[in-house]
Amino acid sequence: MRNQYVYVILVLCLFAGSLFVALPLDHPSWLEEGLAPGVDTQRDIKDLTLGLDLKGGTQVLLEAEISDDQILPEDALNSAKIIVEQRVNGLGLAEPTVQLQGERRMIVELPGVKNPDQAIQTIRSTGQLEFVNLGGSPVRPDDFINTTNRPNAVADLQESIAAGEAAPQSVPFPDEVFETIMTGDILQTVVATQDEFTFWQIQFDLKGESSGDFFTYTRDNIGEVLAIILDGRVLSTPVINAAINDNGVITGDFSQEEAESLAIQMRYGALPIPLEVVDVRTIGASLGQDSIDRSLQAGIVGGALVLLFMVLLYRLPGLLATVALAIYVTLNLAMYKLMPVTLTLPGIAGFILSIGMAVDANILIFERMKEELRNGRSLRLAVETGFSRAWPAIRDGNLSTLISCAVLFWFGNNFGASVVKGFAITLSIGVLLSMFTAVFVTRTFMRSFLSTQGEKLMSSRGLLGY
Amino acid sequence: MYRLVERRRLWFLISLLGILPGILFIIWNISSTGALLPLSIDYTGGTQWEMRFSEPVAPTELGSVFVEAGFIDTKAFNVDDDRTVQVKFKNIDISQKEVIEQAIVERFGEFDERLYRSIGPAIGAEVSQAALLAVIAASLLILAYIALAFREVSHPFRYGVAAIVALVHDVLITVSFLSIMNLIAGWELDALFLTATLTVIGFSVNDTIVIFDRIRENLRRHRGEPLATVANRSIIETAQRSIATQVTALLVLAAILFFGGSTLRIFMATLIVGLVSGTYSSIFTATPLVVAWEEGSLLHRATKPIRAREQTAPA
Repeated sequence: MRNQYVYVILVLCLFAGSLFVALPLDHPSWLEEGLAPGVDTQRDIKDLTLGLDLKGGTQVLLEAEISDDQILPEDALNSAKIIVEQRVNGLGLAEPTVQLQGERRMIVELPGVKNPDQAIQTIRSTGQLEFVNLGGSPVRPDDFINTTNRPNAVADLQESIAAGEAAPQSVPFPDEVFETIMTGDILQTVVATQDEFTFWQIQFDLKGESSGDFFTYTRDNIGEVLAIILDGRVLSTPVINAAINDNGVITGDFSQEEAESLAIQMRYGALPIPLEVVDVRTIGASLGQDSIDRSLQAGIVGGALVLLFMVLLYRLPGLLATVALAIYVTLNLAMYKLMPVTLTLPGIAGFILSIGMAVDANILIFERMKEELRNGRSLRLAVETGFSRAWPAIRDGNLSTLISCAVLFWFGNNFGASVVKGFAITLSIGVLLSMFTAVFVTRTFMRSFLSTQGEKLMSSRGLLGY
Repeated sequence: MYRLVERRRLWFLISLLGILPGILFIIWNISSTGALLPLSIDYTGGTQWEMRFSEPVAPTELGSVFVEAGFIDTKAFNVDDDRTVQVKFKNIDISQKEVIEQAIVERFGEFDERLYRSIGPAIGAEVSQAALLAVIAASLLILAYIALAFREVSHPFRYGVAAIVALVHDVLITVSFLSIMNLIAGWELDALFLTATLTVIGFSVNDTIVIFDRIRENLRRHRGEPLATVANRSIIETAQRSIATQVTALLVLAAILFFGGSTLRIFMATLIVGLVSGTYSSIFTATPLVVAWEEGSLLHRATKPIRAREQTAPA
């Protein structure tokens, strides 16, 4: 039974590895980099990712406000998403997310938002695009400035920052008010295109009635910067190369993404489609903390009770099963960090239920073992038959649970019921891992125990509890 | 040998008694409100708002602020302690919320917004349709899986159907439970109830499969024995496992029920009822049903039992 030791060592290594990932430590950078999707990015896996219901925050479901017979313009929702993202990022929150859902909805998650109502107003507001004369000041993209159109933009921003409702911005000229030449109304169309050398550029057409003024200004200011500002924030600072009559291009060292994003923002200083709030869910931080504390308490009490019960009922195998269960719990936590899984309250419920299924697998096996022992089989044979006979029931039971998990996941994914989705994810990860720990790990432990202490075990019925 | 499946008349009667309150409640609810069951705002649309004040606040007084603002259909009640009040009323928009918030702060002082949920009616209706679809889809897939997993016994389809009947039985029992709790404590069917139901379905099928698996095995071992005898034997042999599993699951669920906080209370209570029902139905509904189908008599008559079929190709 030498190879049993190999398995035991493998299991222990896996345990150590998952424990290392699961613990709230600073992990080596190669690990964090390896998990991140892009190059030169890292994913912090010190702590578990918690859902809004645990850490507090607001989730908003927005829907394009169009009548049923109207067709949503292609890409309108994607453009709206880019603008919403921009606004959400301006709120100064840690890791807000915007996700499209289905054909006409998007979910916005605002963790730890202090004033959810105002945040939602900001997301849905109509932005204003301006062309501004910088008068030679060294203003850069993303700077925040006052314009004659919005002379108090900086003061308002600083107030919001002080109240914790906006992210800090770069404000190089807090007291200066720059001259607005035109507002975004003059733009007819704005598209990102490629020039003959395949460089990305932004091409725009002006509305006929306003092009005269624009022409005069650009003609008189060739060589000057004409900044493009959205809601007080500088989007781009192109230099006027020629007088612009009814159309022009903005060139620069743009990537495709940058060009498209800039075009969308210029096109829709306002949202391309009105968005309606159809579902708001705010969880206060205090309720979230309550839930974490209580789940932890419930988990510890529940876990201790199960451990006690297993050891009382099945003695030594029960003890080995609880060791396998401890490995199971760490594997799950490590998996949540690696995937990553956002842990929600129903997610925790799903996890705890999967513990129940893992225990059930062991109970099935041990009951079978006891039966075989009572029928007078040798210990080694009873252990092996216990595992092999219990397997079909474990497999069929777990697979049917996985089937309902898949249905739940689909349901949650399509109908914004992220509550249900979280439950399905943790339960299915749990069920998959439990087939490994409850069967393979427990069996490995049992076998290696048998090969060393088998004689002692045989003489002691109390240790086996049958 | 115990005669379990032969007493199915009694088991079915017990099930019927468990299911009846739910059915009566559904009929009563349809005639009074038009909906199958009292649905929460997850399905109907509406607003749920939980506030914690620094001083104790009487729910009725807080509710009156909403009634004054024109939301006549407002329900207000304490959650967890007497400083925390939850209010339920129809779906509003943000500007309306701000007005009410101001009125509340003026009368009762600043509060901590513990929970706020406002959902439009259209979304709600969509979710409830999808919920029904989810339950049906899950049932059909499980039926298909069982028929596949038991393809070596004769009439695998009957095993699948029996498992589904047991599963429907458990759903109806949880509905009964919800109905009774609605009358006692005003519980409503919410998104978590759906999650609970689907979990119960999973566990119920799991339990049923454990017994069916034993029948599958015993049919192979004790050829020529009547199916009723094989079924009884299988139930007895798996009984200890059923009890042990049930106890561990209940230990965990009870721990969450008592320590897990108010958000999960309805969910856990539903799960506990569903789990107990699941174990009952696997022993006293699904298994007798398979035997009844094979014997061709739903309620056992003292006729000569037919022999278990030889293990041949599936029907």
